[in-house]
Amino acid sequence: MSGLELLVVSGIKVVVAFAFLVLTVLVLVWVERRVVAFMQNRYGPNRAGPGGILQTLADGLKLFFKESMTPRKAQFLLYIAAPVLAVVTALLVFVVIPIGAPVTIGDTTYTLQVTDLDVGVLYILAISSLGVYAVALAGWSSGSKYPLLGSVRSAAQMISYEAALGLALVPVIMFSRTTSLAGIVEAQSGTFGGLLPAWNIVLLPSFVIFLIAGFAETNRAPFDLVEAEQEIVGGYHTEYSGMRFAFFFLAEYINMFNMAALTATFFLGGWNGPLFGPTWLRYVLPVIWFLIKSWVVVFLFIWARGTLPRIRYDQLMAFGWKRLIPVSLVWIMLAMVAIGVRRFGLPWA
Amino acid sequence: MSWFADMLGPWRGFAVTFRQMFRPKVTTQYPEEKRVKPQRFHGRHVLNRYPDGMEKCIGCELCAGICPARCIYVRGADNPPDAPVSPGERFGFVYEINMLRCIFCGMCVEACPTEAITMTHLFEMSVTDRDDAIYTKDELLVEPDGTPRHPQPAGPLIDLEELKLGNGWLRATASSGRAAFEGLVAWTPSATFGAEPPERGQTDADVDDGNEGA
Repeated sequence: MSGLELLVVSGIKVVVAFAFLVLTVLVLVWVERRVVAFMQNRYGPNRAGPGGILQTLADGLKLFFKESMTPRKAQFLLYIAAPVLAVVTALLVFVVIPIGAPVTIGDTTYTLQVTDLDVGVLYILAISSLGVYAVALAGWSSGSKYPLLGSVRSAAQMISYEAALGLALVPVIMFSRTTSLAGIVEAQSGTFGGLLPAWNIVLLPSFVIFLIAGFAETNRAPFDLVEAEQEIVGGYHTEYSGMRFAFFFLAEYINMFNMAALTATFFLGGWNGPLFGPTWLRYVLPVIWFLIKSWVVVFLFIWARGTLPRIRYDQLMAFGWKRLIPVSLVWIMLAMVAIGVRRFGLPWA
Repeated sequence: MSWFADMLGPWRGFAVTFRQMFRPKVTTQYPEEKRVKPQRFHGRHVLNRYPDGMEKCIGCELCAGICPARCIYVRGADNPPDAPVSPGERFGFVYEINMLRCIFCGMCVEACPTEAITMTHLFEMSVTDRDDAIYTKDELLVEPDGTPRHPQPAGPLIDLEELKLGNGWLRATASSGRAAFEGLVAWTPSATFGAEPPERGQTDADVDDGNEGA
């Protein structure tokens, strides 16, 4: 691929990825509100558009035309940089997620991800750590007490659970022998004995730990202490309004979808699935499998929110450090033993 | 296996929320469906007339006096002898209610000695201008034939039939002042409505009001 072609293709991929994410968020917010409403015997938004699907668009337009207030004690530069940082980090995570099988047109093969990094997993962990900066800066630069409390909570929570999140991925990396997301998906393409798909969900403890840590990482119920309205108003974005608030909202839901997409990629085989039909269908089907898997995980997120009460802050910390991290460490050791036995045989044999 | 059941316990909630998704919804789809309001609902006020078209209001200002929100403004005037407005010495010359201040407590209805002011079932009174929220006598007083007036046209939200419903609060408090009013129907007949039908425990006074009932 020539330099110019690379530039054009990358540009198209970036635009498509951005449009895809924004569109996903539009649907996601509506789906969440509807599903939670159904769980509570309500209808949820059902007025704007068919079934209320345009409700998010209407809310977004409203926020767009609202005044963006700035508190007098705010650190202005950081105050306006924080929401941008939140959205940028959320968008950047999606860059390495493969949403479909590579497409071959002519002699060139295009991967259906913006870029395939060899250190994809590390990149994701690094970028989501950067997301903590957005939260911390937003809370501090607001110059107000509740946002500060919310951001301190949030930063502590995200840092704690990121450890568990990363540790849950170690067995996946060990079994897939790669940190590239495309490689991890590829490693899950086979079957066990021709029956079950060889998805990493067989690493069940990893899957469970990753999912729980993912809930906490995206600040969602039951770990949504950051936005515990009863205690600290809106948390770190209390002082934000208008489009700046919309940015945080957008980032939150992009993060949620990212986490679902990552769960699908790491544990549910990514875009792997039965392929049939003509050539074009063989390119479309992987995307559909990927979307179905992601949305199933999204439903898990919403389901948990509709079911579980918020846990207390000390419980949150204790659960993260005293349960999740030790369990994932033990599980990593077990996985290491399993790999060692597979490779070298039993030590006494 | 009780340890297994215990372990599942915390996860039972997921089954509950999943099951609830397929249950019927409790939400009323307002404004397409409206809930049936209680008979004694406190809605917009109307100023009534007698069946012969005379205004019931005598301009005594008791409603304005008792109003806890001080939202009623009344000024009485002497009836012109040749063309009296109400069957009495005086009539309500100015009658205004500020609906933004009104708390819909119904004490004006209780205070009224002639049952001139009553409450209806209409509560959709949103306005786009604060001045429009002040209802003047033009809007409060019913037509000579008893049809209520309203500043806004009928629409999906505004069902003008609701303005014809209910002097329920009056029934509960008039005459005896007891909610369980027993005995004869004692309120005065109104234009259109005529004599109201008796409630439970009451006997029909069979008043000939010259108006063939609603």
